[in-house]
Amino acid sequence: MAERQKDFTDRVWEFLCSLKLTIILLLLLAVTSIIGTVLQQNAPAAEYIQEYGQSNYELFKRLQFIDMYHSTWFIGILALFSVNLICCSIKNFPRAWRFFKEPTLVPGPGLFKNSANSTVFTVKEDRQQVAQRVTEFLKKEFAKPTMTEKDGQLCFFAQKGIYSRFGAYVTHVSILIIMAGAIIGNFWGYKAWVNIVEGTSISKVELRSGGEIDLGFTVRCDDFNVSYYPGSNRPKDYNSDLVIIQNGKEVLKKRIEVNDPLTYQGITFYQSSYGPAGTAVFKVRVTDNGSGDTMTVNAKQGQHINLPNGYSFAVTNFTDNDRNFGPAMQLHVNTPDGKHGSPFVVWQNFPEFDVKRGGTFSFALLGFDQPQFTGLQVAKDPGVNIVWAGCFLMVFGSLTAFFFSHKRLWVCLQDEGGKTKVQLAGNAHRNQPGFALAFEELQQKFESVVKNESQKKEG
Amino acid sequence: MESGQLLNLTTVAYFSAMVLFFAYIATKNKTVALIATLTALAGFLLQTTALGLRWYESYQILGSDGRAPLSNLYESVVFFAWSTVLIYLIIDWKYKQRTIGAFVMPIALFSMLWAQMSLNSSIDPLVPALQSNWLTYHVITCFLGYAGFAVAFGVSVMYLLKIGKEEKQQGGKPLGGILGMFPPTKVLDDLNYKAIMVGFPLLTLGIITGAAWANYAWGTYWSWDPKETWSLIVWFIYAAFIHARFTRGWVGRRAAWLSVFGFAATLFCYLGVNLVLSGLHSYGGA
Ligand code: HEM
Repeated sequence: MAERQKDFTDRVWEFLCSLKLTIILLLLLAVTSIIGTVLQQNAPAAEYIQEYGQSNYELFKRLQFIDMYHSTWFIGILALFSVNLICCSIKNFPRAWRFFKEPTLVPGPGLFKNSANSTVFTVKEDRQQVAQRVTEFLKKEFAKPTMTEKDGQLCFFAQKGIYSRFGAYVTHVSILIIMAGAIIGNFWGYKAWVNIVEGTSISKVELRSGGEIDLGFTVRCDDFNVSYYPGSNRPKDYNSDLVIIQNGKEVLKKRIEVNDPLTYQGITFYQSSYGPAGTAVFKVRVTDNGSGDTMTVNAKQGQHINLPNGYSFAVTNFTDNDRNFGPAMQLHVNTPDGKHGSPFVVWQNFPEFDVKRGGTFSFALLGFDQPQFTGLQVAKDPGVNIVWAGCFLMVFGSLTAFFFSHKRLWVCLQDEGGKTKVQLAGNAHRNQPGFALAFEELQQKFESVVKNESQKKEG
Repeated sequence: MESGQLLNLTTVAYFSAMVLFFAYIATKNKTVALIATLTALAGFLLQTTALGLRWYESYQILGSDGRAPLSNLYESVVFFAWSTVLIYLIIDWKYKQRTIGAFVMPIALFSMLWAQMSLNSSIDPLVPALQSNWLTYHVITCFLGYAGFAVAFGVSVMYLLKIGKEEKQQGGKPLGGILGMFPPTKVLDDLNYKAIMVGFPLLTLGIITGAAWANYAWGTYWSWDPKETWSLIVWFIYAAFIHARFTRGWVGRRAAWLSVFGFAATLFCYLGVNLVLSGLHSYGGA
């Protein structure tokens, strides 16, 4: 019974460690993720019912397709994936660690025979002299060697790039770190929004998940501006001058714009939208074309303003950029018997233009004031830096795993009656063809240095 | 000279290079292969100049609002062609397997033709959300990643064409004819892996820089919008590919199919999402 139980736990453990499970989970994540890109997420119920019908909507709801990336089953796959990752790392890490902790200082007998990269030759000098040259050669051309004496052999071991054995582990840990950061952000952070009318301040924001939250300080918007690309209605930039006020003191001021937010006490304010707030007021100069008298009035949008002789006018519409011509207002004049005149447009940049219309009165737009609100996204995410740290480790780890390899060289010297037998072997844990080429070159240099050929020629 | 004209010349060069690579396979003449590679290189240099020129032109048209030529569909397709040829030339230089050009140059050529014949090439100013350096890094890394996958795809197609014939051939005789000109299947299998090894970290960086940009612009680094999700799908597929290499049986044919499948997902991520699904990423000029 105990036997069988052990067998079972072993099998579960093997399953959780297996790369087969990894591949299945990765492909499963890939396939299931498609659902949420085809079916709109988190839309109002009515939209699904209209498009797919009531019964399909019920089905989607039961399968949690409406918010699938936060569904129990999707989170479940991610959780199993993390468990797989952790188990697999626990299982394999000790092996990688042994390469680091207990390097093979003295190669086994098979290494020189079986290795694809090896050579043997004999030198007519004694071991001491040869050892000196080997040490210097390895130090200069490869890495500082460790020397071990065993069974009458003198063995040298040198290695490069041991850290690349850990690249995969760093990558795997980085995934867990990113997930941890995301979870922290989800539990201890929030996403919210707020609109602030120019010149006013707020201290509460609306949560995306519903409800309000108190910031613990006040944000005031002193000014909001939009600029347009010349000759078009395309906004080039919009920005808000924000002031943070804590305990009645101004503690921080910044002009934020799209892609350049403000952060205070871990809460970040992003410029995201804008719009008109309240009615616009227009400063209008009216000229009576009969008498030549002029008057200047402040007209609210939609308000009828009396003119001499029973006439009146009202500004009904405006834009701060009419095609290429800049700010413009639309207005009409009412006759004394109350009849609406037809609407016409007056541009701020062309104050003399309206005279040509030939009406009883001509108008010029001197200025206007449209209060705006600035729309801000507000986010608090205490996990975001953890996510970035994870991302950095992921890039760093996968690059080391992919593009570096653990290269090792062994040299063994054996006395053979005054002569010395020299054996050299090397291996790399990836990119064998590349290593084979490098080894060949190294081997030639090695032979000539160890046989001391250059000096012999001189002597 | 305008950048548009230079790009036309680029297309001509890529077309010539493709024909020359075909000619090489047909004639087995090494000189033809060298000329083909040099033609591709010439096209690449022309295109590099054209991209630089277009960047400069954007400053002439938009004044101080000029920007890197990486922000509408036209520009992205042109950049995709550029990246693909770049990755191809690197692999050509390192591994000298010239027949691969016959399977990679068509990808670059069709991208160029599509961009020039049916996409809007005007230089428009950027909406505020797109004015970010992160965006430039994001586009460059993503597209170099896509290009790595495109090369892996070309190599996989060659592998699949060759392996079937090779297995039918009894007695291990080397294949003759056009397929005999292809690199050995072992080399193709290895190149498939190598190209993906280049593409995968670049896509990883692409996703990360995209997340950084989103975080700066909107305060969320990940919102599961279709484009983001599809890039993650592509990433999952190639992660599966990489791990599949460790377990036996997932080299060769299965690896080649996974690479073909991955590239299909890549294309969908790049174009399908914009043309079929909706999302934040839809290119303005498309
Ligand atoms: C999407 C998530 C994952 C990514 C991005 C990832 C990334 C990597 C990378 C870059 C390597 C190095 C590849 C190489 O040396 O050529 C690697 C190796 C490996 N991965 Fe993953 N991995 C992921 C998930 C997993 C999971 C869940 C497991 C759990 C079983 C796993 C198990 C392994 C193993 C056993 C290796 C080989 C390690 C070695 O070289 O000794 N990976 N992974």
